[in-house]
Amino acid sequence: MQIDLRTVSIKPLRNTFDHLVRRFGDKPASRYQEGSYDIQADANLQYRPTWDPEHELHDPGRTAIVMADWYAFKDPRQYYYGAYTLARARQQESAESSFEFVESRGLLAQMDEATRALALAVLMPLRHAAWGANMNNTGMCADGYGTLITQPCMYHAMDNLGVAQYLTRLGLLLGDVTTLDAGREAWLNDVRWQPLRRLVEKTLVTQDWFELFVAQNFVLDGLLYPLIYEQFVDKHLNAHGGAGVSMLTAFMGEWHGETRRWIDSVIKIAAAESDANKALLTEWTRQWRGAAVEALSPIAQQALGDTAADVLATVDQSFNDRAAKLGLTL
Amino acid sequence: MDMQASKKKLGLKERYQVMTRGLDWTPSYQKMEDIYPYVAYEGIKIHDWDKWEDPFRLTMDAYWKYQAEKERKLYAIIDAYAQNNGHLGVTDARYINTVKLFISGISPLEYVAHRGFTHVGRQFPGAGPRVACLMQSLDEIRHAQTQVHSISNYNKYYNGVHDFHHAHDRIWFLSVPKSFFDDAITAGPFEFMVAIGFSFEYVLTNLLFVPFVSGAAYNGDMGTMTFGFSAQSDEARHMTLGLEVIKFILEQDPDNLPIVQRWIDKWTWRGYRVLTLVAMMMDYMLPKRTMSWKEAWEVYFEENGGALFKDLARYGITMPKCAEQIALEKDHLSHQAWSTFYNYGAATNFHTWMPDEDEMAWLTAKYPESFDKHYRPRYEYWREQAAKGNRFYNKTLPMLCQTCQIPLVFTEPGDPTKICYREVDFKDEKYHFCSDHCKAIFEHEPEKYVQAWMPVHQIYQGNCFPEGTDPTVEGFDPLAAVLKYYHLEHGRDNLDFEGSEDQKNFDEWRGMATKNV
Repeated sequence: MQIDLRTVSIKPLRNTFDHLVRRFGDKPASRYQEGSYDIQADANLQYRPTWDPEHELHDPGRTAIVMADWYAFKDPRQYYYGAYTLARARQQESAESSFEFVESRGLLAQMDEATRALALAVLMPLRHAAWGANMNNTGMCADGYGTLITQPCMYHAMDNLGVAQYLTRLGLLLGDVTTLDAGREAWLNDVRWQPLRRLVEKTLVTQDWFELFVAQNFVLDGLLYPLIYEQFVDKHLNAHGGAGVSMLTAFMGEWHGETRRWIDSVIKIAAAESDANKALLTEWTRQWRGAAVEALSPIAQQALGDTAADVLATVDQSFNDRAAKLGLTL
Repeated sequence: MDMQASKKKLGLKERYQVMTRGLDWTPSYQKMEDIYPYVAYEGIKIHDWDKWEDPFRLTMDAYWKYQAEKERKLYAIIDAYAQNNGHLGVTDARYINTVKLFISGISPLEYVAHRGFTHVGRQFPGAGPRVACLMQSLDEIRHAQTQVHSISNYNKYYNGVHDFHHAHDRIWFLSVPKSFFDDAITAGPFEFMVAIGFSFEYVLTNLLFVPFVSGAAYNGDMGTMTFGFSAQSDEARHMTLGLEVIKFILEQDPDNLPIVQRWIDKWTWRGYRVLTLVAMMMDYMLPKRTMSWKEAWEVYFEENGGALFKDLARYGITMPKCAEQIALEKDHLSHQAWSTFYNYGAATNFHTWMPDEDEMAWLTAKYPESFDKHYRPRYEYWREQAAKGNRFYNKTLPMLCQTCQIPLVFTEPGDPTKICYREVDFKDEKYHFCSDHCKAIFEHEPEKYVQAWMPVHQIYQGNCFPEGTDPTVEGFDPLAAVLKYYHLEHGRDNLDFEGSEDQKNFDEWRGMATKNV
């Protein structure tokens, strides 16, 4: 049986804002739509930036990718600020329980000294790689065109910072502040980490923000996360008593899986727009993939020893399959 | 193995440092100036970014947690308010015009603030300020979106804001707030921080954001009030950032002082001119007033701001010179503004009206020096004319100030009977200004301000008619064409409140909600 709660019913004059009616028809809009579509100014901008007088303040010309409508990039997660923070708050709650659980059960003590040292040697320098990703995604949000794509870049940037901070906590739990220093030292001077640092620094001066999206989010993190968090932490360390580490990096694996849906949709939509876009994306992906595989191989070597080449080849292969599904021919 | 024994325990400050600036490194494969290309051209000298004191310490996990709690509460209230037709509980339907002004004039600025803090959050070579700016960037998109979500329900029942993004980029008076923020974000990263982080968020926020939120609270608008209160703790963070920025820049090098002082002078004045809209909102548009504009200025700027500038005196910063002129204008600003909007009420996306007798008495009491002498007679005349069916709508276009883009309606400092005009010749063109301060801002950067998209000029140039309009045809009505370009529906979105559809519907709906018919 249904109970019928009564409220005074008055008929609205309209369902939603006109710009959403023009896009989706005359019907109530979602909060994602209200908060995201067309909210960046696109007409009658007042002054050119003194820091980049070649361009308008919001200018689609900051990338070589061309779109008829920059609001084609619907985020499959439909994240606006509220939805985004609620999702991350749930994840941080479960991360928090993991940290507590690992600490209270002494799970990290199950690792032998060599495994512990290896975990730290591989994971600590990655704090800095995540920081580079934070800067790059911030840059994409700043230079990008249209809120539908700039907004998730900002959320992604904050997630990158979150990853760097979870790694920091892991380091402090598994070691202390000198552990972080050692990771920094490796990032700056250890010969095995220099190719990756060189690559990250190159992304920091990459001007085309869409190329940067390809380089950072699609290619580099598309290889690094599976290699480090799936192969090294979840498989290799787990097999050597490192289940605790695996729990502490659960956020990264889950996050990578979730954000991948968004990244894939961006690549797919841009590639489907035109052959010219597809050619550009292919070219960028090919170049950055080559460089990224090269930069990651000494790290894979350090992390996985003898099996490194095979594992990296598998990771590379599944990345290529992923790219092919999105319409790129590498 | 006992790992705990050798552990050096980190204090809160150190812990936050390893979570933020400890992530940064000095690059060696690329040059600093290629990674941070915009940091030098304004002439600000920073010697040691590590001297930055973090104004707040919020790691991402804590940020997600706290903000999500706030979002849950906020959206529960927004939903309840909408479901319950909360809009019918506001003092009277004139109040809703405040909401219209807010969403079309202010909310889009929150979005630009988001992009601006993103931009500077990438550009500063110091990791500490960068992280603080990123948090603010994220907060600002929150504000833009929660405002749209709160006000969305008003759009379903009332006119004027059905295409507010479109309006913000086009309608004449909305170029005032828009050009203000565009000016800030197109400036260098340090100027942006002084303009928005300090002048706007710290010095003027109590005169901008707060009057709208307090006005909502006084007038029964729980939807708007709630996002305001929910944003309060974000704003507190933004204020501490704004203050830290100023102190940091000034402590880094004595050569920074004259640059920063010029920016503070400029942005106090630019911000004050935008506050014209708030002044008239406070004195005319809120059926239940919170305080007068003049009182607000005296409390929040003259007293609180005065104390702040005293505090900054140790760095050599002085009270902006424009404060003297603002003091002279405080008896006049809101009245001159409302008169202008009443005049141009056919080209606005909200309704205008003449104050009733009680409201006139309130204005007399709050403005004993100026209201009865200069403004009441004018209003009484307009009211008489309206009663005779001659509601006055000005159909000619006003001259705009090249800097603030407000029509030249303000009077000479100290002489409320004479309109203030200033002009400058630059590269064979004449530019007009509302004041010495706007003129001085132009003269410092003429190349920037000549680019301004001036709504009136654009109309005269034929750029504000719908595509395909032929202005040469017999009987062409320019105002009608401009309203089409604005996406304003004549007779629904504009004109006097008296007789409007909003007024009629509100009365009818409130009747349904409160009476048995």
